[in-house]
Amino acid sequence: MSDSYSLLEARGIGKAFLGITALDGVDFSLERGEIHALLGENGAGKSTLIKILTGVYSRDRGTMHLDGSDVTPASVAEAQALGIGTVYQEVNLLENLTVAENLFLGRQPHRFGLIDRREMRQRSKTLLARYGLDIDVDALLSSYSVAIRQIVAIARAVDLSGKVLVLDEPTASLDSHEVEMLFSVLRRLREEGLGIIIITHFLNQVYAIADRVTVLRNGRLVGTRKLSELPQLDLISMMLGRELQHITREHQAQDETVAATAEAPIRFAGYGKRGSVAPFDLDIRPGEVVGIAGLLGSGRTETAFLLFGIDRADSGTATIDGQPVSLTSPEAAIVNGFGFCPEERKTDGIIGDFSVADNIALALQARQGWAKPISSREKQALAESFIKSLDIRPPDAERPIKFLSGGNQQKAILARWLATEPRLLILDEPTRGIDIGAHAEILKMIERLCSEGMSLVVISSELEELTAVAHRVIVLSDRRHVAELSGEALTADNIMQAIATSARTEAA
Amino acid sequence: MIHTRNLPFVTTLGIFVIAYALCILQFPNMLSTRVIGNLLTDNAFLGIAAVGMTFVILSGGIDLSIGSVIAFTSVFVAVMVGSLGVHPLVAFVAVLVISTLFGSLMGAMIRYLGIPPFVVTLAGMFLARGAAYLISTQSVPISHEMIDTIQSFYFRIPGGGRLTALAMLMLLVFIIGAFVAGRTRFGANVYAIGGSEQSAELMGVPVGPTTIGIYALSGFLSGLSGIAYTLYTSSGYSLATVGVELDAIAAVVIGGTLLTGGVGLVAGTFVGILIQGLIQTYIVFDGTLSSWWTKIVIGILLFIFIVLQRGIIWYSNRRLAEGRLKEV
Repeated sequence: MSDSYSLLEARGIGKAFLGITALDGVDFSLERGEIHALLGENGAGKSTLIKILTGVYSRDRGTMHLDGSDVTPASVAEAQALGIGTVYQEVNLLENLTVAENLFLGRQPHRFGLIDRREMRQRSKTLLARYGLDIDVDALLSSYSVAIRQIVAIARAVDLSGKVLVLDEPTASLDSHEVEMLFSVLRRLREEGLGIIIITHFLNQVYAIADRVTVLRNGRLVGTRKLSELPQLDLISMMLGRELQHITREHQAQDETVAATAEAPIRFAGYGKRGSVAPFDLDIRPGEVVGIAGLLGSGRTETAFLLFGIDRADSGTATIDGQPVSLTSPEAAIVNGFGFCPEERKTDGIIGDFSVADNIALALQARQGWAKPISSREKQALAESFIKSLDIRPPDAERPIKFLSGGNQQKAILARWLATEPRLLILDEPTRGIDIGAHAEILKMIERLCSEGMSLVVISSELEELTAVAHRVIVLSDRRHVAELSGEALTADNIMQAIATSARTEAA
Repeated sequence: MIHTRNLPFVTTLGIFVIAYALCILQFPNMLSTRVIGNLLTDNAFLGIAAVGMTFVILSGGIDLSIGSVIAFTSVFVAVMVGSLGVHPLVAFVAVLVISTLFGSLMGAMIRYLGIPPFVVTLAGMFLARGAAYLISTQSVPISHEMIDTIQSFYFRIPGGGRLTALAMLMLLVFIIGAFVAGRTRFGANVYAIGGSEQSAELMGVPVGPTTIGIYALSGFLSGLSGIAYTLYTSSGYSLATVGVELDAIAAVVIGGTLLTGGVGLVAGTFVGILIQGLIQTYIVFDGTLSSWWTKIVIGILLFIFIVLQRGIIWYSNRRLAEGRLKEV
């Protein structure tokens, strides 16, 4: 019977944070000697699931079996003792310690009650030799490249736990040679019978290394498939979903009028940054909504960062009304009439303890320069007018913004930029994490703004939303602008097709 | 090759050697075991406390209560022994238990209530100082056979110097401290927490018990330092040792320990203490300088070291960035 057990079997896993469901009845299973990819967009619930499996969070509902026996790891240490080891992308090992100290932290060999450094060095050397590494284990971890640190982390995790290895975006900052080095390590571990869970957003890597894939979307399980039987297009549509396929596009007629305005006042030519986004051309006309589509990590947000001057472009030029401009900082972008609502509203957008009025006035103040403060009466009037026009609730300008719902926070951030009367507004995932009612309102607002002649760049992983709201959609894949769709060709299917095609050529 | 990690320590050691050489050039008499012996004795209580501070700072924390705990300890011991006639050993044990518990309590608040160490130990500083006033606002003299014996005990070292009991106690604390930091799991955990508390936790380091242990150790060593101070001055006074925690921090930082935690050596703190002692000795030899010059020189040294640490961090970051560019 024991052979019929999966190595790790989770059923009906549920988890909510402060009443907001993060995971809803998710099943997941992992076999011995299998590499299993876990995919999903931001907020799909990947990290929540991983954190439950590795003992960081406790689950609200569901069961978890390891080797057939019921387990509930209450801490990382407990999960490690059970045999589940994790390698995180960012919070990894300790850079201020040596390689050997990192490998043996918490389980140092002892001699006469003191740590036996010679023994530790020896064992570190032997351990790393199995992974094909011959490095000075007494050197600080920070003196080695990310790839080597990653392998050291894997060596530690496997040595410590030995049954299940969880890798959270291990390849995010590796080059292709290093990825190959990492993958050969993973293949060897698979042969040794380890079960490996890998989170990544590089589809070609998923196909290169994984046996099966599980896709999550909005906290729910979409499905688990064998990769050998799953065409890439199907995988992409599993990830992006296609529930709202038949959305009527009201602004179809408008397209032609926009296209008629021949000369675009805002132009980016050959704009790009090494290691961030490959050089691209982008013309933006007044009254036009340009959509940006692509999977997580395809360079969507990086494009926005470039346009808004958060990252400095190292190639290409930007011209506004025929004049070359240099967008070297958000300040410069604001002076040129740009606005940007970031994806991470809570960390990059709002200042939680400031009032709604203060949050709205921020960008206008920045544009005026700090030497000319906006009086509190002006601020109040400004806030009141936007609260009314955008229907921000509750209509209380003095309330700290952190007490507003996500949708209302988003409206307040929109108000912040509208107050500066921008000519170009960049919205990164404007509808993520907000309820359906506010969702529709924000889409309506985007349409209204563009009919008033404002230009907008909208980044979204909701393809239906993009096709509904945008006049043109730029498709990104692997940090490259790979296609531009407009008019009749602008459908969710075509966007997926474009992503899949480019990913396939990438892999070939 | 010198490791970047040990560069601050090596720099400190270099500065000490050069400074001492310059002192000897001007006052050849400073090269004597007597001077060294006195230097160790005079700074014994500060050195003992600085070892505790080293652990705290290595973990990325700070302990502002040290000076107050020393004052409390000395008054407590003086009143118990001098006024109440309790045997010194009993008083010593009692006060060490109190100061250790006091430290653990602060550690527990830092860890489990999530209050920054600065705030918790600031409160602890007022609390301990207030408790000291409560016991006595007078300078309480102390005399006991055993205390006299300890005070007059010393080894004669060649050249006429005296290695007193206090100096030996400090050296012992430094040696044990160095072993604990470098060769035990507790020490490794302290460095790990100082590197990144979050990573350390994910790697299975028992962050809670270790944090409590760190502040308990600092409390214990503050108590021990208070006992040393009582023996040194033969009295207890609640107004004494104001700001000693800052001298201890200075010694730790000059000794090459990063204020952000995770990098540093107990041996470095010893050199930091020696440098402070050397400046004081120089001022005594000179005879014309105000003793406040000590503070000015310490201030300048601190500035140099903080800039040096920034520089090292900047340099290693840049090297890493360059390494990464090559990989792309």
